[in-house]
This record gives sequence, structure tokens and C-alpha cells, in this order.
Amino acid sequence: MSTRIGEPSATRAPRRGWLYLLPVLLFAAVGVFLALGLGRDPQTLPSVLIDKPAPAFALPPLPGRDERGFSSADLGGRPMLVNVFASWCVPCRIEHPVLDQLAREGVTIHAINYKDAPDDALAFLRSLGDPFTRIGTDRQGRAAIDWGVYGVPETFVIDRDGRIRYRHVGPLQPRDLERTVRPLLAELGR
Amino acid sequence: MNRKRLAVALLAVGILAAGPGSAATSPDEILPDPALEARARALGKELRCLVCQNQSIDDSDAPLAKDLRRIVRERLVAGDSDAAIKRHLVERYGDFVLLRPPVKPATWLLWLGPLLVLLAGGGLVLAFLRRRRTAPVEPPELDPAERQRLEMLLASDPHNRPA
Repeated sequence: MSTRIGEPSATRAPRRGWLYLLPVLLFAAVGVFLALGLGRDPQTLPSVLIDKPAPAFALPPLPGRDERGFSSADLGGRPMLVNVFASWCVPCRIEHPVLDQLAREGVTIHAINYKDAPDDALAFLRSLGDPFTRIGTDRQGRAAIDWGVYGVPETFVIDRDGRIRYRHVGPLQPRDLERTVRPLLAELGR
Repeated sequence: MNRKRLAVALLAVGILAAGPGSAATSPDEILPDPALEARARALGKELRCLVCQNQSIDDSDAPLAKDLRRIVRERLVAGDSDAAIKRHLVERYGDFVLLRPPVKPATWLLWLGPLLVLLAGGGLVLAFLRRRRTAPVEPPELDPAERQRLEMLLASDPHNRPA
């Protein structure tokens, strides 16, 4: 067997063999973080108001529907939903049947009508149904900002103490009801 | 030819006008007091537009950004400090609304991470260099077969023949 000069002898190399694994381990670690990151929707922000009392607000009624309006005093007593909607918001149309369904099951749903023209909001409710117990009109969108709303629709689950327990960004879909909203309402006790 | 050049120039002007230099603040929002307005602009650059997410509210044309700019200005006029205004918005939207995340235990890794990586990398490089300097890689001892082959090669080379 011929040995070439200068070739390192085989006895030296394997001592630090684990070092060669380091890039592989680093790659695996980065891969895990990236995989976790891919599974999240960066557009969906966590609410800082979770487990805190809902902000204080008093919104005027939707003219032509009733004279009651919607304020922080209406929150609590039993678990309920607060939905932020607008007639100009297309996803709101998509989620509306889901809210109707919940209301038929006896869930109390209040609403904040966000930056909407009252006539448009009334027409929206006339054509798609009105699942809401109370509606407050937030024409300037100020109350919504106090709720940390950054787009419509958003839906909050409120417990019997008037605290915000969950915030859903975007249209509520039947699978959201099954996965989160119904179990949470059941846990909070209807 | 000239027309093409003009088109390119117009395009360049358009791009520059739409670039980061232009703010979304509309004239009706601007405060009469220049000092307050300057603070409002500075604050606006620090606050994230929640809708577009990678723009400040100073840059963004989103309606929510406009609302937030208005809130910032109202509170400035009411005499709030910059910190109080930021706190007001953080209470509603969380730290995410700040384009510069605050330094606190949850963000230590974020702030110190790059420094840690730099230190670790620098340490590795230093250790590697020091090892090379103190312990130069010695060629392994030749075994008898290699020695014999070396002598044979040297002997066969006319330049290496002993004088």
C-alpha cells in the first residue's frame, strides 16, 4: 500500500469530530424556529387586553334600530361576544351567518358598528339578519381603538365579570366556533 | 429618444416623491404650534401602523394610522409627555405598536442576541488563531516506508544529489 507524503495520519482527526456536527445542530435549531414561525400568521396580533376588564366606553345607538346604544355597563353578568363590524367590510358579510347561528343558540352578542353610515348598517342588518342584542355606533372609530381593534371584523369573548378573555381577528368561521369560541363559552359557563 | 428620457426622468421624480421622504400627514392634521408638531412627527415615526405593520403611522396612509396620528396630536395638545402617549397606545395595542421594542426581560435576547452571536463568533476565531499560533500543525512522523520512498525520490532528483 502506498502512502503519500504529507497526508495526515488517520489517528488525529476523529478527536474533534463532534465539531463537524455543530453546523448540523445549528441548522436544525434554525429550522425548528423557522417551522414554528411559518405556522403563525404575522397579521394576527395578540391582544394586550386579554384577561383585563374591557375598556370604558359609551356608544350612541344605531339610529333607526333602537334608542339604547351600547356601553361598558352592558358587559358582564354572563359570557358574551362583542363583534366589531361595518357594512363596508366584506369579511363581515362572510362571518355574519356564523354570528346569526350563535345568536339562535342563545349567545348574547353585542356589536360595535365601526366607521359606518347608519343607513348602510341598517341595510346590512336587514339583508343579513340582526344577531345583536345591543349595537353602539363608533363613527370615529375611537372606542374601537380603546379595544385595540386594528381591522374589522374582530370578535371578543367577554366573561361574566366583564373581562376580555379572547380576541378573534378576521371573520369568525364555523371551525373557529368549534375550536375556540364554543369551548371557551362553555368553560365560562352560560 | 428625448421622449424616452423625459419618461425616465418623470418616473424617477415619481419614485422620489413616493419615497420615504414623503409623510402621510395631511395638512389638516398639522398642529399650529411648530414645536408640538415636531414632537408629533417624531412620535409618529416611532409608532407602528397596525394595519400595514412595517410602516410607521407617520408614513402610512391607512385610516387607522390617521386616527392614531390624530390621537397623538390631541394628547400632545392636552399636555401629555411623549412617554405617556406611547404608554397610552401600548395599553391598547401592546409593545408591537412601538417600532423600537422596549428593553425588558422578554426582549433581552432580541437586543443582546446579535452581541452574543458576535462575541461567540469572535471567541471562536480567537481560540482558533491562538491554537494555530501556539501549536503549529506538525507534519506526522514518517514511517520507515515513507522515509525510504522519500530518500528514493531525493536520490532520483539530479538537483538534490549531494555535491
